[in-house]
Amino acid sequence: MKEVLDQVDRWLAAGKDVAVARVVGLEGSGPRDPGATMVVSSDGEVAGSVSGGCVEGAVVTEALDVLASGIPRLCTFGYSDDEAFAVGLTCGGTLHVFVEPLDW
Amino acid sequence: MSGPGRIYAELSRSLRAGEPVALATITELEADPAGAGAPGATLGAKLLVRAPAERIGSLGSDELDRVVERDALAALERGTTVTRHYGSRGEARRRDVSVFVEVFAPPPRLVIFGAVDFTAALAAVGRLLGFRVTVCDARPVFATAARFPSAHEVVVDWPDRYLRTIADDLGPRDAICVLTHDTKFDIPAIVSALETEVGYLGAMGSRRTHDERWRRLVEAGADEAELRRRLMSPIGLDIGARTPEETAVAIAAEMIASRAGVEHPSLRDAGGPIHQR
Repeated sequence: MKEVLDQVDRWLAAGKDVAVARVVGLEGSGPRDPGATMVVSSDGEVAGSVSGGCVEGAVVTEALDVLASGIPRLCTFGYSDDEAFAVGLTCGGTLHVFVEPLDW
Repeated sequence: MSGPGRIYAELSRSLRAGEPVALATITELEADPAGAGAPGATLGAKLLVRAPAERIGSLGSDELDRVVERDALAALERGTTVTRHYGSRGEARRRDVSVFVEVFAPPPRLVIFGAVDFTAALAAVGRLLGFRVTVCDARPVFATAARFPSAHEVVVDWPDRYLRTIADDLGPRDAICVLTHDTKFDIPAIVSALETEVGYLGAMGSRRTHDERWRRLVEAGADEAELRRRLMSPIGLDIGARTPEETAVAIAAEMIASRAGVEHPSLRDAGGPIHQR
């Protein structure tokens, strides 16, 4: 979280809304530990990361949805054979990402 | 959407000041078919906790806040982020509410003794890895902030004297690297470093320097079993590093590997010349 504070403050100063996405759980192999943080501005700009690049694109979509609705959500990203083309982790792990508006 | 409030303000203030803080967030509410569920608790509700007993915000009920404060203080003490489950009023053995307790520990410390070129490179790598980097040397001509732009602080002092002032704050996450190449600084620095709880202690030098230093350390009263267990000397992994920057990477990699407790090819455990021809 600390590494994105300056960017968040710049967005806020520019009058943008901000969504915060944090890894809150991990099963199996995964590149980032719980606490890894990515922030998304209402203009779709991004700072930080929650994986090795596998799910960041999907998290931006979730974050913009969350900003539009104002309601936080818990997103799960994983890999399974029958969803080979869905968003997942190439390493085979399952990642739980909590996405919320920065209104607290 | 309303913008950030007091919890974000307090969190960012603590993070920037490097003080320990825990942020508890409700990340999941169990759907209850009977409709009882978790009254009062809402997704995303937050409680910020700082030692010794400060809490800001609320998870929806005073009982839950009190239980989570207790668990967050314990998580802060351990330095580990955790998800815990409770009843909506903090009851144990219930899973109505999942609370993600994120612990923000202050950065670990890397103390480097010796204001040499290797130090500048190691300070840069240490900073990259998230350490708070201190460079210490008794010679004011060399120990300047201008020479070590990556260091968070540059201290002019005798290593052993400086270490005594910070020894109580050093723990298993912290590291000490002795790069002085000079026995009159090395020996007291290493002897004092052994009295701290740092998780990594390394000293630079050729094999000849190492043998001579070992002899002097034992003369100075260092315990040989303790030296074998804790002192990485010659410092760094055996990866054929030559330049200060490569050597810094070899040292940092050894720090990571020893923290992770995995097998690693340390120079200490190899023979022959350190710099391959």
